[in-house]
Amino acid sequence: MAYDYQPFPYIAPPGLTGPEPRHKVVIVGAGPIGLALAIDFAQRGVETVVLDDNNVVSVGSRAICWAKRTLEIFDRLGIGERILEKGVTWKVGRQFHGNDEVYNFDLLPEEGHKYPAFVNLQQYYVEQYLVERAQEFPDLIDIRFKNNVVDHDDKSDHVLLSIETPDGPYALEASWLVACDGAGSRTRERMGLTFEGQAFEEQFLIADIEMEDSPFGAHDVPERWFWFDPPFHPGKSALLHMQPDNIYRIDLHLDVDADGKAEATEEKAIPRIKAIVGDKPFRLNWLSVYKFRCIKLDKFVHNRVIFAGDSAHAVSPFGARGGNGGIQDIDNLGWKLGAVIDGTASETLLETYDKERSHGSEENILNSSRSTNFMTPKTPIEALFRAETLRLAHDQPFARRLLNSGRLSLPCSLEGFALQTPGKAPVAPGHAMIDAPLEGPDGQTWLVEKVHGDFTIVGFGGVVLPEVPGLRRIGVDQEGDYPCFTSTDGLATDRYGKGMAYLFRPDGHVAAVFSVVTAHDAETAMNRALGAQLLEAV
Amino acid sequence: MTAEPDRLSPNQDTFYHDLMEAHAGLSEADSHALNARLVLLLANEIGDVARLKRILALGRAYSDG
Repeated sequence: MAYDYQPFPYIAPPGLTGPEPRHKVVIVGAGPIGLALAIDFAQRGVETVVLDDNNVVSVGSRAICWAKRTLEIFDRLGIGERILEKGVTWKVGRQFHGNDEVYNFDLLPEEGHKYPAFVNLQQYYVEQYLVERAQEFPDLIDIRFKNNVVDHDDKSDHVLLSIETPDGPYALEASWLVACDGAGSRTRERMGLTFEGQAFEEQFLIADIEMEDSPFGAHDVPERWFWFDPPFHPGKSALLHMQPDNIYRIDLHLDVDADGKAEATEEKAIPRIKAIVGDKPFRLNWLSVYKFRCIKLDKFVHNRVIFAGDSAHAVSPFGARGGNGGIQDIDNLGWKLGAVIDGTASETLLETYDKERSHGSEENILNSSRSTNFMTPKTPIEALFRAETLRLAHDQPFARRLLNSGRLSLPCSLEGFALQTPGKAPVAPGHAMIDAPLEGPDGQTWLVEKVHGDFTIVGFGGVVLPEVPGLRRIGVDQEGDYPCFTSTDGLATDRYGKGMAYLFRPDGHVAAVFSVVTAHDAETAMNRALGAQLLEAV
Repeated sequence: MTAEPDRLSPNQDTFYHDLMEAHAGLSEADSHALNARLVLLLANEIGDVARLKRILALGRAYSDG
């Protein structure tokens, strides 16, 4: 069944009739990144205004692969379980050369995690769930559809925005402006910021088809299938994913000199799809022809204007690093800007958003550009190496690992960055937390649920946790005068190490580790994670 | 016959990228010459003639197949 696009109502903003008080945070763009950020702030009690020039969710499925780390962030934002329930869970990817399977990988071979390696769900559903969740905070989130930002001016301690609506123009002041306005960000264009990197000449046809019979054939477990030189599309590559509602995503690599406009027509696309699915009936749901760029801004923070998501960095889709990278941006930014706004941290903390997420986006760009390069040899020699790698991959394990159809998004490590206190532990400082099942007084729960959102110290086994103002305490496999849980099958304590204490940042990254911890140690590490050391260095 | 177990991962993508970079900007003939030099250099790195003979046979088997 095709998605039923319901336009969101436009409501005349108060600014049309008189000046509005200065808003703390204005977000441009009600896509997944902007909406997720607004919810993050609302959960911290911070008011936001979200401006969008449009009034419907994403047209076309666009971002469909949501990685485990993103699902855990969505869980914190209150839509994770809904996405898991509606979406298609998968963890195995298979790579084919011609008709033969040459390599497969299992992204989450171990048990004991609330969320799977990946859930496929069309971007329009994710946006719909985010809008509905945002509407649960009517006093904190003010989404204004059909409010088009046409200009902005950084006034040093605030940003002045010029906005057009169906009822005319108005002005708005924001202490902080977060640009979540996508790869074609007009905020970025107005500021004349360089957005440079590798642009790929090759074109890809992306189609969503709806069909009753699975194009995966008798194989009824959803997976990610990638073909090099498939029999149905000789000399090129193809990717197949399953989405809910019997919708399948097909990506086809086209010739460099293909006519993009002609390829994006049913006339050209239907025979290409028939070559894959055969005579099984299908309906074309969405069709698009893309060229990709792997590209980023030098800096994500420009005084009072902050970039997050595709406005700050763009990647090719191989590896699912676009939407997932953007959600990690807001997970990193939300608590930091929240701490700056409520005065617990100084503005220098925002520099660490720039540094940590620039690092994350460089990692995404490196991986996605290498995958795209492998898929699209540019010279006869590159094609020769690719062909021989494929030939060897049929029976040589090392060559299978060289096949690169996308290195799928994994949580970015922030090891070695200034906010983390160096230390050694099974999950080292900087790493994103690893989930594990827990038993508590209210039954079964998960470590990620208990930890994320606020600074939290967790003790595994015998280690005693001190009391520090503003720091939540959780005990696992121990007893204390704070909430304590038992690790199911010992998994949590196995994963983190018996007798270890971990200080987690609100985004679930490990800030510090201890085998013995005093209130002073914990407080020092928490202050460091809030940027105290950055100030001393100045 | 199987070559050595995978010894390139987890850095296989870095190696492949560096290999393509080494060829960047060369004509096809110059690239083939580079490949020949690389085979000789890598053979010297391995050094063990018996092992090299096995690798030569393994590589050749795909041409005959």
